[in-house]
Amino acid sequence: MSTKLNLPKLFGYAGLAVFGIISLLPIWMALKTAITMPTDVFSTANSLWVNNPVFGNFLRVLGLPSDVPPPANSGSPINFMIALRNSVIYTGLLVTGQLFFSSLAAYAFARLRFPGRDAIFYSFIAATMIPSIVLFIPNFILIRQLGLLNSFAGMVAPNILMLPFAVFFLRQFFLSTPKELEEAARLDGLSWFKVYWHIALPLQRGPLATLAILLSIQAWNDFFWPFLVGQKENVQVMAVALANYQSQTGQGQPDWTGLMAAVMLSIIPVLILLVFFGRRIVESLQTSGMK
Amino acid sequence: MTGRSADKSVNADKGSGLFGNRLRRKEALTGYLFILPALIGLIAFFAFPTIRAAQISLTNWNLMRPAHWIGFDNYGKLWADGKFWDSMQITLLYVIYNIPLQTALGLIIAVLADRLAKSVLFRAVIIAPYLISNVVAGLVWLLMLDPLIGLTNAFLTGIGIPPQSFLSSPDQALISVAGISIWRHVGFTALLFYAGLQSIPRDLYEAARLDGASESAMFRMITLPLLRPVMVFVLVTSVVGSFQVFDVIAVTTQGGPANSTRAVLWYIYENAFQFSRMGYASAMSMVLFVFLILVTLLQMRLLRADSSDLG
Repeated sequence: MSTKLNLPKLFGYAGLAVFGIISLLPIWMALKTAITMPTDVFSTANSLWVNNPVFGNFLRVLGLPSDVPPPANSGSPINFMIALRNSVIYTGLLVTGQLFFSSLAAYAFARLRFPGRDAIFYSFIAATMIPSIVLFIPNFILIRQLGLLNSFAGMVAPNILMLPFAVFFLRQFFLSTPKELEEAARLDGLSWFKVYWHIALPLQRGPLATLAILLSIQAWNDFFWPFLVGQKENVQVMAVALANYQSQTGQGQPDWTGLMAAVMLSIIPVLILLVFFGRRIVESLQTSGMK
Repeated sequence: MTGRSADKSVNADKGSGLFGNRLRRKEALTGYLFILPALIGLIAFFAFPTIRAAQISLTNWNLMRPAHWIGFDNYGKLWADGKFWDSMQITLLYVIYNIPLQTALGLIIAVLADRLAKSVLFRAVIIAPYLISNVVAGLVWLLMLDPLIGLTNAFLTGIGIPPQSFLSSPDQALISVAGISIWRHVGFTALLFYAGLQSIPRDLYEAARLDGASESAMFRMITLPLLRPVMVFVLVTSVVGSFQVFDVIAVTTQGGPANSTRAVLWYIYENAFQFSRMGYASAMSMVLFVFLILVTLLQMRLLRADSSDLG
């Protein structure tokens, strides 16, 4: 490093540091509140750390025996253990379906020739222009008529079969891979599905993993649609449970420690992904603006 | 493969032999089979609902009684509904609070990071808020902005500014919601600009520097024009997204206080899912749809999205 640190550079570093702190500080404060005794929330409000951290808030929002009593003003408890399980099921179902069906379609769009192929592909892309609220009303009515309100089937139905972004993303990768290997396999008499499944797909392990991470984070964070069709305790996902827990507070102070413990439970999986796959996530999000 | 002439067109059924025909027909059939699940998804949950929404908007359906065809009555009602136009105005204001600041900050951070902090760690830090949900962002800032225990007021008091009521004040709630959204999205915006900056040839700057161009001149003459494709993407997606703000409002203000954050999606949601006015809500969603298409086209036009500055 040069000894001549000029002033603009110094300001630049300071700006970046401030920005980094602003990005993380609210998450840190949520964590701090989650490990605070409910009775200490007000006295420790302005400090960045608590002297006697407790884990009881996590236990009590998970419905487990806890030595930390809930504050008097907390509403009826929501069992975040069930909500966590629901989020795992919802995310697992959705992402598995999206990866399989989208890669199948993407492969066909990239490799197979059939009349209307490009028109159909562009209509997939055009579908992303439709605002979600336009679709939510008729889709809600459809799911209700099918008797699928408050079921995982109803919650995943609209997006499990096709996600335009996933189709677009994988098609690009199929197109940029040489097809000689697949053609040779075809000549050896392998069916198209076997070529897709045993040859083309394994070659895209990297992009598929990246896509799986992005789709998982997106599904994990889904709110509006699950909020409309999945309100019952046995299906409500974390985001919906959090919103419900907060909205039952009414006029008084919410159960901050319980709420923030639940918030941390919902973001810890994402933060773990970010720590382990940071480079992959950053680089794939980075290219999402390039076409 | 059946030879060059057959490869040219899928529709050229004649003239390439029976064997080739069968192979190609089989390929086409396989193609349709492969896209079938996705196509069902597209038709059942995108195309059909869009048509259905337009249909429902012409009825007075409330889920209880059978729907009655009422023509364009809902649209007439909407035209005269002050609350709807208030919600549009609130949404527009929200977009105005949101987009310029988010875009400018994102650009500044991207340029600084490009010069001073190229490590992936910094980008991972600024992307963290984007990876957590709107709901969580709303709740975390509910804590940060709380008048009694929020750190924000402690900070303001520390630098001599009186405490503010933020989300519980009709004057500040919308700005606060916009602030939360900026906090969540600015890192992502910066990341997109950062990626755009990496694709600008460095020798352009060197040549300009040799010609004696100042930093600000290089930013205006090189950086900004060459970032335009990214700028188009950022602005088009973030503007359309901002017009559809919902999640943060749902967990922080629920349209209040005094309806000051009743954005258009919240108003449509109230009508559809709290008062079961499916017809009226659908009419509003159709108006929003058309409006967003117009906004997008206008932006593409203003940003000259189809032309390039290179070459």
